[in-house]
Amino acid sequence: MKANKITVCGGGSCRSQKSDSIFKNLKKEVKAAKLDVTVEHTGCHGMCEVGPLVVVGQNKKEILYTKVTAEDAKDIVNSAKKGTILKRLIFEHEEDGHQAYVEDIDFYKYQTRYVMRRTGQIDPYKIKHYLGTGGFEGLKLALVMKPEEVIAMVKESNLRGRGGAGFNTGMKWSFIAREEGERILIANADEGDPGSFMDRTLMEGDPFAVIEGMTIAAWAVGSEKAHIYVRAEYPDSIKTLTNAINEAKKEGFLGKNICGIKGFNFDIEIFEGAGAFICGEETALISSLEGKRGMPRPKPPFPAQNGVYGKPTNINNVKTYAYVSHILREGPESFKQYGTEKSPGTAVLCLTGKIKHTGVVEVPMGISLHDIVYKIGGGIRNNKKLKAVLTGGPSGGCIPADKIKEVTVDYESITAAGSIMGSGGMLILDEDDNMVEIANFFVEFTKSESCGKCTPCREGTYRMYELLQKISKHKAKQEDLDNLKVLAKYIQENSLCGLGQSAPNPVLTTIKHFGNEYDDKIKNKKPTYFITESCTGCGLCAKKCPVQCISGKIKQQHTIDQSKCIHCGICYKVCPTKAIIIEK
Amino acid sequence: MEGCSQNGSSCNKANVVVELQKIQEKHGYLPRAELVKVSRRLKIPAVHIYGVATFYSQFKLEQPAKYIISVCEGTACHVRGSVELLNEIKKQADIVPSETSEDGLFTLEIVRCLGLCASAPVMTVNGKIYSKVKKEEVKDILAEYKKSKKVKA
Repeated sequence: MKANKITVCGGGSCRSQKSDSIFKNLKKEVKAAKLDVTVEHTGCHGMCEVGPLVVVGQNKKEILYTKVTAEDAKDIVNSAKKGTILKRLIFEHEEDGHQAYVEDIDFYKYQTRYVMRRTGQIDPYKIKHYLGTGGFEGLKLALVMKPEEVIAMVKESNLRGRGGAGFNTGMKWSFIAREEGERILIANADEGDPGSFMDRTLMEGDPFAVIEGMTIAAWAVGSEKAHIYVRAEYPDSIKTLTNAINEAKKEGFLGKNICGIKGFNFDIEIFEGAGAFICGEETALISSLEGKRGMPRPKPPFPAQNGVYGKPTNINNVKTYAYVSHILREGPESFKQYGTEKSPGTAVLCLTGKIKHTGVVEVPMGISLHDIVYKIGGGIRNNKKLKAVLTGGPSGGCIPADKIKEVTVDYESITAAGSIMGSGGMLILDEDDNMVEIANFFVEFTKSESCGKCTPCREGTYRMYELLQKISKHKAKQEDLDNLKVLAKYIQENSLCGLGQSAPNPVLTTIKHFGNEYDDKIKNKKPTYFITESCTGCGLCAKKCPVQCISGKIKQQHTIDQSKCIHCGICYKVCPTKAIIIEK
Repeated sequence: MEGCSQNGSSCNKANVVVELQKIQEKHGYLPRAELVKVSRRLKIPAVHIYGVATFYSQFKLEQPAKYIISVCEGTACHVRGSVELLNEIKKQADIVPSETSEDGLFTLEIVRCLGLCASAPVMTVNGKIYSKVKKEEVKDILAEYKKSKKVKA
């Protein structure tokens, strides 16, 4: 049998490598060859590392072509015509050799695609594709139920918020359903954690599922107005969502009298964020949505009582809404068959860093980190050793390599290991990464993203950063490390919102598991170099310094900027007049 | 900020963030005169407008150059060598972050995660994405834009 379907990955990563022109060329070639094959530009296929990706459906199996270029289109179509496999483009596994079919590749084999089932399969711009794959059936089923029955069903599925905190979604809905007056829904797509792009992948791969889930929520809690808060850095997500909203309106799934039900009116507006990490926090998001500085406020009152412009508001992550659309269509059992008792369902994760196969994956909750890193991720790049897995981004913590067999991906296990589930970003570190530098990096991030409202976070993160800088530059004493620990605990306990409360996590977990790296930096003091008066101003040291930290005029005494010095000793070695002295 | 929350519903029509986004769309940055105009029109003190403008990293108070180079400093890019990439750009374009080069051609900015972590390290020039950028490629990428200036001039 010959090929019947060709899909080209349109995920951000593949698109940045010109998957658009691959798509155009494939269409052209298929037309020229007069083949009865559909060519679709879909959402992300997931295995971004070896992109751009093209999948050819042939003999009821899917062939994956990797690192495709626009020039390969002709060969791909030729092979499809003959029903053969184009060997030079198929995926090559280091040990098992070439693997042509998607189902044989470990990266896909160990995944469970529940919420991401359509991503990479359908054209996210075409509502017909969505409807053809069971789209809006969940909504139709919800509309024959009473709102409280819908809430009960979501509650029964025990779906926990996919934004990171993991609160029971059905429970959250029941809070706002109790309130009087106009109720507002918000989908949080302010995916600010560096190293995560799950929400982006979903919005650009299956935007209608988000809209369907939101419409179901609107029916359940009695809302007529919703906002999707998308971060400004995601223009493509805004484009796909805007198109999806317009298409859904045309087909009567949004707007007035939805699905012919009189009085059921619901509209979704997209709000473009303006670039502030803190706006992922729900009260900050509300403030930002109102056009103000995105500063959080103490809770209670919770958004369910006092949200946007004082109205009862329900905020869920975009993924959470998408899950709802599937749960309604297939029942809570379909969802609960995966995962653990307390954390049912699947988790969408982003694998980044030193892992071989970076990309987006969906796994059943309860899978061990070891399986994720080695089975799905293919292990560590360049045959290095795994050092740690960082979950939860700048708010999370590290899990050292020797624990990854026992730690599983679910809210309880990861929390017990001292980290947080977070939104799903997973950064893999190898033996070359220094944990003090990683902690430094994250605190530098939270320091600059702190909104400045409460003192523990505003001043505390800054002081943490200073201490870490001191340690990192081998200039700290033992008491600095002790102070850092005390300060970190204080910030955790006293900050107003999640940003501050979790900012010390990367510091505390790295101290706990990799304390030796901190000790090393503290005990092994680096020598300090000074230029004395015997300097002739030849400029040789300034020329040789790898970080350009020596300055001075020719024939005059030069100086070393100690804050930039990396203590390499090159200046000391090259000085012809021995004018540089060392102080230990 | 109080001016806004006091009269709830009217805020819906005049959202400062949205107003500023519109101005920036038109001018490429937020000119001072425009901010004053918004303040008068919405009857919100200019200091509050300024507060919003400086809170969000998207808003620029100075006119950027013709080409904006954004280097991603997200975690994934960081561990895959974005610092080296940044240093190379600084050298090649003779520029420091959040400033404009002397020839007025490039503005360099550091961004936090563009969600293209699998292609790390990532940089963009006026929105055009360059993925898995190697240090050695920077020169050629920038040359493309330096050349286009000469043709037009």
